[in-house]
Order: sequence, then structure tokens, then C-alpha cells
Amino acid sequence: MIKIENLHANIDGKEILKGLNLEVNAGEVHAIMGPNGAGKSTLASILAGKEDYEVTAGSVTFEGKNLLELETDERAKEGLFLAFQYPVEIPGVSNINFLRTALNEKREYHGQEPISAKEFMEMVREKSKLVELDPKLASRSVNEGFSGGEKKRNEIFQMAMLEPKLSILDETDSGLDIDALRIVAGGVNALKSKDNATIVITHYQRLLDYIVPDFVHVLFDGKIVKSGPKELALELEEKGYDWIKAEFA
Amino acid sequence: MSFTKNLSISPFVSAELAEKAKSALEATPWPTTRMEHWKYTRVAKLQKLNFADHTGTLANKEQYIIDPDYPTVFFVNGHFIASESDLNTLDNAISVKVLSEEKIKIDQSSLTIDDELFNALNTAYLTDGIEVNVSKKSTGGKLQIIHVLSGDTAISNFKTIINIEDFAEFDVIQGFFSEQGAVNCFANVSTEIKAGINSTVTINKFQYEDEACFHINTEVVEQEKDSHFTINTITLNGGLVRNNLKIDVNGENATTNLYGAYVLKGKQHVDNHTVVDHKVANCYSNELYKGVMDENSTAVFNGKVFVRPDAQKINAFQSNGNVLLSGDATINSKPELEIYADDVKCSHGSTTGQLDDDAIFYLEARGISKPKAMALLVSAFVGEAFDKIENEHVQGFIHQKLHERFNWQF
Repeated sequence: MIKIENLHANIDGKEILKGLNLEVNAGEVHAIMGPNGAGKSTLASILAGKEDYEVTAGSVTFEGKNLLELETDERAKEGLFLAFQYPVEIPGVSNINFLRTALNEKREYHGQEPISAKEFMEMVREKSKLVELDPKLASRSVNEGFSGGEKKRNEIFQMAMLEPKLSILDETDSGLDIDALRIVAGGVNALKSKDNATIVITHYQRLLDYIVPDFVHVLFDGKIVKSGPKELALELEEKGYDWIKAEFA
Repeated sequence: MSFTKNLSISPFVSAELAEKAKSALEATPWPTTRMEHWKYTRVAKLQKLNFADHTGTLANKEQYIIDPDYPTVFFVNGHFIASESDLNTLDNAISVKVLSEEKIKIDQSSLTIDDELFNALNTAYLTDGIEVNVSKKSTGGKLQIIHVLSGDTAISNFKTIINIEDFAEFDVIQGFFSEQGAVNCFANVSTEIKAGINSTVTINKFQYEDEACFHINTEVVEQEKDSHFTINTITLNGGLVRNNLKIDVNGENATTNLYGAYVLKGKQHVDNHTVVDHKVANCYSNELYKGVMDENSTAVFNGKVFVRPDAQKINAFQSNGNVLLSGDATINSKPELEIYADDVKCSHGSTTGQLDDDAIFYLEARGISKPKAMALLVSAFVGEAFDKIENEHVQGFIHQKLHERFNWQF
């Protein structure tokens, strides 16, 4: 599904990613863990297309296409989804209007007819249940006045609506209490299929109790330094990141 | 004055008033940016043009109709187009008199003429005008007045006088347009409104003349006690547009709403000067103007609220918000409060910014293209002012024009 090879990237002249390799296939869940400042969120931002970063070397192939040549919106239309660590509040733009615009742009891109109002509202009802999102929030302005948990649930709700091939969850667990975490993870698990894939970026092992990964990777100093089965996450939790630092710094 | 050399004194004002206006015009220096009132708006170009009185015709009036349910009168370059106007559905509690049709001569005006060059010009050289009287029996009376500029260096000096009797309700739409190819045309219009006791008045003013045209608009409003007055000023096109809005709140327990939105591009220059004068106690005024400027456009907002001595318990709110879409666009915003009473609740504020890059990225990351993401954010921003408009036809017309001119879709 996605193949990242020798990815190097800078921000303001400072190198953040230093030769990152990762391959994710359909049906898989990959967790990327690592200490603060390792480049986890940078990776998510670069894959989504944020312009602040400069890719200096390497390649990213997504479903056979050169991802780095696509605009941010085209990446989304091709099926890439980023659940933001800090979802943005957008006053005046309703969740509904925004999602319908997004959904219809994607359909148009793939040569499909726009979704009917009835079909769309049914979809909203069904998908908001998945993350126990109050349907009233759907008609409010995007994320405005939402609690931290509501914002994260809204991210997964959007993911459910847009039905991406590859979802990248950037620190989705940050700021969530255990109930919200369970709901968010439940939503992600319900959306999992043999045709899509998920990359879970997290600092803590806790989320991985709920979203069980097939592979765990340790990102340190701009590179993936260690990969393993889900038990690796437990080992990291137990030992902390210091032994990684000692081994690879 | 050379720029009036092609104009003749109006047959629709009394000789005395015309003479007074003409002397005021001659005694008033041409506005320059050294004058506080014209600090950010240059009108020098107007002085160099020899405007003339031109009649015109309407090729396709349908395109200018904002609300098809309103009785409508059309004026081209200030001249009445009787054949296209239709007052059949006019509420019989309302009388509408076109000055030229009824051979009326105006002999008094609540417009300030001294030191107000464009008001003096409007009065002395009045092209035509209408007098509207809304009687006590009117509930839900309405009228649409459509102004169209046409040709080259045509001037329309137009006056609307509206008297709303006590307890009456009245909605008026004023639309300003120009025919294709209109160049250097100038609409210099004035509106005088008297809102009687407990009356309710709404004005929806829509300005959409070509970038090659000029527009100076002065409204003077007098509100009696318990009256409700609302004006929505929407400016989506026009080369040079200046709106002077002066509201005297003369009676207690009156409500005044001033809302406006301007969306500009090219080299447009749009200036809104508003004054709300709270002369008595226990009144409420609320002002909200929002603007979006792209390319090389410039907007000016100068809102003044006076609270006179003894005008206690006044609630007056004023806010102006702006978004600049281009590094070459400009906004000059000056909200002002002058309070001489001590028991009032007043606030004012002005914000200017750019679109939030994080919000644009967020929308793009959901598959919305950048131009559409920007249009969504911009329309959400000015939408707050559009949402104040209760008439759905007016709202729909605005959306249609935003789509035509800016390619925004809703």
C-alpha cells in the first residue's frame, strides 16, 4: 500500500528525518513509537503533504503513485487520511457542510456522482454512532468548542465518512481519558478491513492495548531503528526509551 | 466648477433649495486625503471627469431583480423607466411617488449640505427621486428600487425619501448595478428616512456596479421612540464606493442594527463611514461589518458611536473584522466611541488577519482543494454578516453573485 524509502526531510534547514524506511501492506496495522522529538509527527505531516517540510531525499510510493508529487487534497482523494494530533477549530464552517464538500470532491475526483442529501444524512447517522459522537456535534462548526475527546472522536468520525485506504493516527491517544480512548479505538477497529491499513503513531503503549498492531517500529533520531511484533511495545513500555537512546544515539 | 459644466440645475428641487445647494457646492473645497473625513479615500479622479445627464434603456431587467416578490421600480442613470417598473403588488397603505412623474419639487431635506460636497451636488443637480410614504396601516409593506448605470461618464444624482408613519412596517431593497460596458459612470445617491414611533424598517442595500464606476451613497436616518431600524450593506463590486450612514436616534427604547459585508478584488476601493448618534437614553445599537480583500483592493471602515450626555443605559456594540487574502490588499479600520454619559454599556473592536494556514491544511487533508478550502473559510468569515439578512431571496442573490464574481460555491 505504502512504501517509504530512505526518506530525508528538513524543517528550517534542520534535518528531522534521516533515511526512514517503512512498508505497509493492505490489512496491516503498524505502530510507530518513539521518544519526543524523534520525528513521529514530522513523518505524519510529510505524508499528509504539509508544506513546511522539505524532502531532501528518498521516495514515498502510495498505491503505485509517487505520493510526494501529489497535492495535499489529492493525497486525501487517493485514500490517505491523517487523524490530527491537534484537530483545528474552524468557526463558521459546519461539520456537515465540510464533510459533504470533502466527500463530493473525492467522488468527483473518482468520476462518481455527488452523494444525495438523504444518503449523506443516513451515512452521518450511521458513522457518528460508531464513535458515539452526538449527532448534534455534526451540525456544529468544525471542532469549535469541542472537548479534547470530542475532537478526537470527530477525527475518527471523519475517517469513517471518508473511508480511506491508509489512515495515519497521529498521537490520537494524547489527552484522552480511558473511556474516550476505548471509544476511539473501538471506532478504528470497526473500520479495519483486509483492504485498508493503519499507521498508529504513539508515544505510549496504552493505545496499543486497544488497537493491536501487527508490527511495532521504533523511530529514533529520524530513522526506524528497531521493528518487531506487538510485544516490542510492551518491552518499550517496561524499559522506557533510554535503552534505545543508549543503543542507537 | 468644471465637472458640473454639463449639468443643469434640477427641476425637482425648489429654486431656493437648489440655490442653497449650488452655493454650498461652490463654497466647499474638493475633498482631499488631508481631510479627516476623506483620509483614506481619494476622489480626485471624479473632479477630472465631465459627468453628464444621460438617459438609458434596460436590455434585460431580470438580471437585476433581487427579490421577485417585491413591487419594483427601475431607474437608469437616475431616470425612471416606467415601462419596466411594476407597482401593481404595492400595499395600498404605501404611496410611491416618482418626482418626475408627479412633477414634485422638493423644498426641504434632512441632508447636510454645507461642507458636504457630494450631498450639495446631489441636491442641486438631482436627476430624479422618489418619495415613499408608509402609512400607519402598513404591515409588511415592501418595495424594491433598482438603479442601473449605463454608458460613459453618466451621473445619477438620485434621492429617496421614505417616511414611515408610527407603527408601520416597511422593507426596502436597494440594488445598484451597471450595464455591461458602463465606464466612468457615477451614482451619487442619497436616502432620507424617518422611522416613526414603534415602526420597523429594514433596508437591504446591494452594491454591484462595475469596477469602472463610482458610487457615493449617503443615508440619513431619524429614529423615533420604540422604533426598529436595520440596514444591511452588501458591497461585492464597484470601483470606488463610499457609504455614509448617519443615524440619529431621537427617541428612547429604539433599536438600531447596522450590518455590512464587503468582498473585494482587483483595484476596488470601498469605504464605509457610519455614525450612530444616541441622543436619548435606553437604546440599543449593534454594528457588525465584515470584509474580505483580495488582490490590490482597499477597504475603509470608520464607525462612530456617540452617546450624548444624559443618554444613559445605552447598549452600543460595534465590531469590524477583516481578512486580507493578498499582500497587496489594504484595510484602514477605525472604530470610534464618544461617550458623554456615565451609565452605558458600549464596546468596539476591529480585527484584521489572514486566513488560518492550519485550517486550510486541515481542509486540504480531508480532500478539499486549496481554492475551495479558502472559499469555505472566507465565506464562513463574512457569512456572519450575511446571516443577519432575513430575506432569503437577498441571501440567494448574494450567493449567486459571489459565485459569478469570485467563483465561490455554497
